[in-house]
Amino acid sequence: MMEPGTYFMEGNTACAEGAIAAGCRFFAGYPITPASEILERITERFPEVHGSYLQMEDELASIASILGASWAGKKAMTATSGPGFSLMMENYGLGLMTETPCVIVNVMRGGPSTGLPTMVAQGDVNQTRWGTHGDVGVVVYAPSSPQELFDYTIKAFNTAEKYRLPVVILSDEMVSHMTEKVEVPPKEEIEIVDRKKPEEDPEDYLPFRPDDDLVPPMANAGDGYSVHVTGLTHDEKGHPSIDERTQNMLVPRLIDKIRKNCDDILEYDEYKIEDAEKVIVAYGSVSRAAIEAVDMAREKGYKVGLLRPKTIWPFPEERIYDLAREGIDDFLVAEINFGQIVYEVERCTGGAAQTYLAPRMGGNIHTPEEIVDRIEAIDRGEIPAFKE
Amino acid sequence: MSIRKSRDWFSPDYQEQERDQGVGHGLHPLDKYLRKDRIPHIWCPGCGLGVILNAYLRALKDSDIPPEDTAVVSGIGCSGRAAGYVDVDSFHVTHGRAIPFATGLKVGNRDLKTTVFSGDGDLFAIGGNHFIHAARRNVDFNVICVNNFNYGMTGGQAGPTTPTDAETSTTPWGGFEQPFNLPAVAAGAGAVYVARWTTYHVEQLTDSLKEALEKDGFSFIEVMSPCPTGYGRKVGLKTGKKTMKHFKENSEIDPDADPTEVALDPEDPDSKIIVGKFVDRDAPTYQDERGEVFEKAREEMGVE
Repeated sequence: MMEPGTYFMEGNTACAEGAIAAGCRFFAGYPITPASEILERITERFPEVHGSYLQMEDELASIASILGASWAGKKAMTATSGPGFSLMMENYGLGLMTETPCVIVNVMRGGPSTGLPTMVAQGDVNQTRWGTHGDVGVVVYAPSSPQELFDYTIKAFNTAEKYRLPVVILSDEMVSHMTEKVEVPPKEEIEIVDRKKPEEDPEDYLPFRPDDDLVPPMANAGDGYSVHVTGLTHDEKGHPSIDERTQNMLVPRLIDKIRKNCDDILEYDEYKIEDAEKVIVAYGSVSRAAIEAVDMAREKGYKVGLLRPKTIWPFPEERIYDLAREGIDDFLVAEINFGQIVYEVERCTGGAAQTYLAPRMGGNIHTPEEIVDRIEAIDRGEIPAFKE
Repeated sequence: MSIRKSRDWFSPDYQEQERDQGVGHGLHPLDKYLRKDRIPHIWCPGCGLGVILNAYLRALKDSDIPPEDTAVVSGIGCSGRAAGYVDVDSFHVTHGRAIPFATGLKVGNRDLKTTVFSGDGDLFAIGGNHFIHAARRNVDFNVICVNNFNYGMTGGQAGPTTPTDAETSTTPWGGFEQPFNLPAVAAGAGAVYVARWTTYHVEQLTDSLKEALEKDGFSFIEVMSPCPTGYGRKVGLKTGKKTMKHFKENSEIDPDADPTEVALDPEDPDSKIIVGKFVDRDAPTYQDERGEVFEKAREEMGVE
């Protein structure tokens, strides 16, 4: 990894360096704006760290090959943007179903379709949660600075290895193309988590029998455990068993291993929320404008705070539930889309507070003034609550 | 001497010996390589997949590659189920993506002798792009394509290898697309080893599979295979036996054939099926090439 120290670094570069620091030694990708710099940085750096990279023929192949590399025992990553992320949905599902640790970076740009290739948006939030077919439990980080791209890429690998799943880093064009101070800590200060390995002999090993944390130890290909891995509904042996009982044994566990370990996984930041009456909910690049908006609104006499989910999924639902019952009157969700996380916030308040949306269609982030204008309008009762 | 006696594999003594050695349940000569609790398989009577899997496992056994260093990757479809029966590290992945998955597996651990075992629709329709690029890169693994001329598992629909005039579930009025000539696709994309056999050519197929396992680089074997349930019933090949007879009577071994000239004649159902090993050349593999470039890069950077 890089020498420890303070660097002036682009977000995408910080992401690639975070991956290398986390032990990523396999990368497969396909060029796409605004994520290509991750692939470029990896190709520049991997000879030095004895990593393997492949520039694949498309994103379908990129994600399929990182799943293969993960089963070969490598920490593996791919990076893309919306159009490529859409192509990855089938093997995102395969990775979740087969409990394959790996990291997928999605640097969001304007959509739908080819949309705004060079410009920011946050339209893929629900796709990370619901984009693949079937019921899944997912972990998605939303960093808001190059420093967080470095730190949370390491964390994403650790979470992927610990809970055995593909973890998504949901960056956006603004954060990924921003150049800022990044502190690279000494190697010994970086926590690295590796997947649990089976302790029993091959004949006693059931590859999909979970421990108490609901995560099964993982034998890599070549370890002599002769594992069978399938995207079909499978029993603890890993054998396909296409029936309701096996489905009910498997799929709820895949969801529960995230849900029941939420205390360990969930992360959010709060700013000036102690005495707040109104709370802005924002993530990624927009959260930076929202911090400024909190200060500006407070200067104008509004008691405003900020809740910033760092894991978008799992979502801080209990925290919002509690806030709505502890005196917060209004939630204002500022996001660069036409309303995605706002549905979550509204659901979590359960009607105990009003939920409003400050939408933006992509191309740029909200200005702090724009968010403050919304706060003032809410205060005057001028904009309807989101539901109306 | 009865046939049974001449093949000691099938003798009760052999089975007992296998049981004693603890290498299998003694029910099948290759049971060391099979997941006994997954048998019986799901394939239809008359299907060629058993013949092909048997040939692959015999090749594996003869090649002395330890099972723990072997991996099988399959896509979706009847052939895709092969991965579920072999007692090695085996992966049954998404439709069409067996090749890129295998690419990651092999590049991630080059000691794994990796074989992709899948069907014509999986490898050449939905997965066609991955096939040509893996061949171009010359990643070191083998691809066995079971070509049964249709999508068997979903009910006999036309696919990229279906002869033009064949009636299928999705060509009720006859077909109108040109099928792929698979050896030509493989050779054109850069495969270093290309062969075609039918399920009638068990011995040649087994030899070819062994060669492919031992070959460095991207090797490709097409195996034409009966599908009485999905394909044969509509084209006059209602049983596996009838298809085998068709293969026997209509195939011609010609190792010197130019792979671009071995397409089936769509106008003539009884035209010759040219089989043989068409390409066997040496070329640096993906990992050799990359290793060299990375080595130079490290020299330039002054790192080890």
